[in-house]
Amino acid sequence: MNPLLKSILSPQFVFAIIRVTTPLLFAAIGVAISVLSGSINIGLEGIMLISAFFGVIISAFTGSLVLALIGGILVGIGMGALLGYFHLKLKADIIIAAIALNMFASGITIFFLYIFTHDKGTSSSVKSLIFPSLQIPIIKEIPILGEIISGHNVLTYFALVSVALFYYLIYKTSLGLRIRAVGQNPDAAESVGVNINKIKLYSLLLSGFFGSLGGLYLSMGYVSWFSRDMTAGRGFIAIAAAALGGNFPLGTFLGALFFGIVNAIAIYIAPLEIPSEFIHSLPYFVTVVALAVYSIRLSRRKKILSKKEEI
Amino acid sequence: MEKFILKYFNLIRVAIAILIGIIISVCIIYIISKEPGISLKSLFLGPLLSKSRFGNFIETASPIIFCGLAIAIPFQAGQFNIGAEGALFIGAVVGTAFGVSTSMPAFLHIPLVLLVAGLTGAFWGFIPGFLKAKWNTSELVISLMLNYVAYFIGLYLINFHFRDKAAGYLVSYKLPETAWLVQFIPGTRIHVGVIISLGFAVLVYYFLYHTTLGYEIRTSGFNINFARFGGINVFKVIIIAQVIGGFIAAIGGMTEVMGVHRRFNWQLSPGYGWDGVVVAIIGRNNPLLIILSSLFLAYLRVGGRILNLLSDIPSEMITVIQSIIILLITAEAFLANWKYKITVREAKAKEVGNEPST
Repeated sequence: MNPLLKSILSPQFVFAIIRVTTPLLFAAIGVAISVLSGSINIGLEGIMLISAFFGVIISAFTGSLVLALIGGILVGIGMGALLGYFHLKLKADIIIAAIALNMFASGITIFFLYIFTHDKGTSSSVKSLIFPSLQIPIIKEIPILGEIISGHNVLTYFALVSVALFYYLIYKTSLGLRIRAVGQNPDAAESVGVNINKIKLYSLLLSGFFGSLGGLYLSMGYVSWFSRDMTAGRGFIAIAAAALGGNFPLGTFLGALFFGIVNAIAIYIAPLEIPSEFIHSLPYFVTVVALAVYSIRLSRRKKILSKKEEI
Repeated sequence: MEKFILKYFNLIRVAIAILIGIIISVCIIYIISKEPGISLKSLFLGPLLSKSRFGNFIETASPIIFCGLAIAIPFQAGQFNIGAEGALFIGAVVGTAFGVSTSMPAFLHIPLVLLVAGLTGAFWGFIPGFLKAKWNTSELVISLMLNYVAYFIGLYLINFHFRDKAAGYLVSYKLPETAWLVQFIPGTRIHVGVIISLGFAVLVYYFLYHTTLGYEIRTSGFNINFARFGGINVFKVIIIAQVIGGFIAAIGGMTEVMGVHRRFNWQLSPGYGWDGVVVAIIGRNNPLLIILSSLFLAYLRVGGRILNLLSDIPSEMITVIQSIIILLITAEAFLANWKYKITVREAKAKEVGNEPST
């Protein structure tokens, strides 16, 4: 059999897909929640970056994984709060404010990285802790399936749980109902006494929460160090992933999985005689094509719907 | 005085935002630096203290002006195309490729290389523009993704086809002298591209405020439904604004290559496209104000580099400061209360003044 095909059909490949999907999935859930409330958060790139950084630094200086987790999450939620404050209270354009926050995160992480480690590239001179991997008993013993499902980082399992949490939040809680109401028709929501700004703020805070987990996974699971701008556009790919899935829980999951597969293929065909530049550009290129196809289908569907209404 | 404040309220707001940014950077320097005096001096006076540094300051402003214009035109049309970075990169790569593989007299070579780069950038702007106009695909996400695609394809082209293997690192062959932009002030690297950038700023100003198409672009950005009902071909406007943006960004990248390095030597995306977003917002998308905001940012940038060199503070402090300035400027409610109070006081004063005559 073709060696490439063989390696792609191996359990390790599926394992790799799950690994690279994890940060995308967290970020995509973060984007989706914000879109559902009607104010898109394109600041996930910065949220992930700043949480990734503070997770590493806190764990290196305190030696406590719990403190790193709490600290990383709080910084992420703080970024969400900052975006909410500027957008909702100070009436800033949410896209420009998020661009500014991404810039802020990129700058401040390198700034502090240099202050703490006298290195502007990576945090490899300080020792970061990582989140443990879980071996699932019984399932671990099953051939193939065990190799794929067991042994992932604990945050990876939480990412999968988060999809369910996201579903529960949006469809089974009153906050979820309000988030959807504010996103679909803010005037109607306000007329029945929903405080729009409060709901939007909550959704941005949640967005920061999920984004921060994605960042923590990147620097303390996927690898064990922080490097400058290590999110490498994942926060933006997450926007595309969520959009592909129509910002619904299952769709968002599938969207993130799709980009995970593309990324994993890019990693696996790297040893071939294809210039690595092409492989690296693949996920971004596929995003463009996928998003274009998605919007073409969407606009066709809208046309058909409006024709039906005319009849 | 209060009338003055009301009239120039927007400019004063920007000035206050910048002032806050500067105050924060002074505070940071005092907290972190062991020799705050030297640090402050290198940041705020550094670019003026020698001829070559001053040259650095001017030459840094040039690509930022180009990118500011490239971002401002789609912004004026209400399009969040932030693909100037990608257009600049891929334009400079293709322009360089064309430049090193052709030979002709300078009066032809320079404009042709610029044109090839510009058209490549224009194509890069066309993709998100067309997708947005035709199927309402988010130009924001598409242009972001295309930045990465441009970066990797550009690196591939240079690395596999135009790499100068005699140089120890990843650079293209040197451009033939016929494709060089002259550095006309001895002791500095200030080149003709700087003048071209100023020319473009004036042209874009004229285009936006004194031509029909410019009016259509601004109207579409102001209210797209109004524009549509007014008979403006919004489809065309959305595409053209982004095509022109890509064109200008690529020219900016190419003049930098032709004027400063004379070969393509970016291993990382240079980040001018993001600077373009910053100066377009500080300059409120007005081409003439963009010249000023670009000079401001370039000054800080060069000051930051000197600061990094001579003291213990990383130049990324400037990135942090510029993000804070943008946040304050884009926050419409920032100082709105103050304006409101002045307006009310002015109105009351008028009433009082009018009373005796009625």
